[in-house]
Amino acid sequence: MTEGEPLIRWDWVAGHLDEIGQRLVEHVELTAIAVGIGFVIAFGLALLIIRRPRLESPITFVTGTLYTIPSLALFVLLIPYTGLSLLTAEIGLVSYTLLILIRNIVRGIRGVPADVLEAATGMGYTPRERLWRVEVPLALAVIIAGVRVATISTIGLVTVTALIGQGGFGYFILIGIQRFFSTELIVGAACSVALAIAADALLVLLQRRLTPWTRPA
Amino acid sequence: MSLFVDTAKWFVDPAHYRGSDAVQTRVFEHIELSALALTVAALIALPIGLYLGHTGRLGFVAVNVANIGRALPSLALLAFALPIAFALGLGLGFWPTFIALVPLAIPPMLTNAYVGTRAVDRDVIESARGMGIGELGIVRRIELPLALPLVLAGMRTSAVNVVATATLGALVAGGGLGRYIVDGLGLQEYDRLFAGALLVALLAIAVEVAFGTFERLATSPGLRTGSATF
Repeated sequence: MTEGEPLIRWDWVAGHLDEIGQRLVEHVELTAIAVGIGFVIAFGLALLIIRRPRLESPITFVTGTLYTIPSLALFVLLIPYTGLSLLTAEIGLVSYTLLILIRNIVRGIRGVPADVLEAATGMGYTPRERLWRVEVPLALAVIIAGVRVATISTIGLVTVTALIGQGGFGYFILIGIQRFFSTELIVGAACSVALAIAADALLVLLQRRLTPWTRPA
Repeated sequence: MSLFVDTAKWFVDPAHYRGSDAVQTRVFEHIELSALALTVAALIALPIGLYLGHTGRLGFVAVNVANIGRALPSLALLAFALPIAFALGLGLGFWPTFIALVPLAIPPMLTNAYVGTRAVDRDVIESARGMGIGELGIVRRIELPLALPLVLAGMRTSAVNVVATATLGALVAGGGLGRYIVDGLGLQEYDRLFAGALLVALLAIAVEVAFGTFERLATSPGLRTGSATF
């Protein structure tokens, strides 16, 4: 952003393709671990809520409060325990996925019509079979909608973890700010947005593949 | 843990309540920037959301603007805002952060204003027309009050996002509570870092609670359903 310097220097981009690829892998890894672990925890908590509705408000309160705490503050508050590490980044990222994922899993499973459940029971399904073969498949569209939101926001939040030494594309943004170099800033920001859009499109495809009955004939 | 003791000591040290880096100054800067960004965003988002909701036009855009907003991460917005502010000659600190915060705050308010207005029973609006109330009167006296819970819920989402993201302004030499975090990280002064993070977290929770209370107070008792899009 010095005078006479173009907004984007394409020669810099061409010369840093290897590093961009490496940051992409890092960004995808950070996101996939967070959404993966977040999903497993959220699924367990959602099943707990469905079995014991009384637990819904305390679980929503805790995950809602975690969601309200600004990401940078949450990462920093974890530093005394887990240092400037991958673990710190992941604990923060996982916490942010929980509220959205739990809400959608619960909403999806509760949305399965009662007569469908009755029919499944009548056909001799045990509660466990009914969950995996009737309730979860029917809830899948709503569940994946939650995974999409969680994935997109996690991809955005990963950039902030650059401040605690992780970061994927966020690294470019941080270094771009420090060196006052617009090319690096814009590459970091644009790659992160592009990754979010690509991940969202992939999840839409996945949803269509997994729930063919929701497709219009 | 000694860090808790150090942080507690940091909070009671009178030196941290004097000068340009005083706690009250940083809190004020943080709220000032957030409030200004939220106000400007509301002035843009609410008229558009109410207009689109009233006319029923461009519904697809109004609903999807929230999804697009989510794909724009806060740090990326700041990255885009910095060259813009620089090109406009606005310098560092306050203005680049402001330019990043406004587009961050628009989508939840716009989408909720649209959804809230659309959800008003068409029969109610037809009767209002029959009673001779003009279009502006319908928006002001019927659609807005009925959409208010959702509009305020959108505002709360935006406000919490703005307060959280205003922290990042310190990266581009801005003030506010992010100063303690960025300086604390840079100087490896963990008491300052931890104090900053606590203050930001408390401020965000306070904003959430304040808007939540406001939402309950401003909602007519007949409308208390407790559901919101966001």
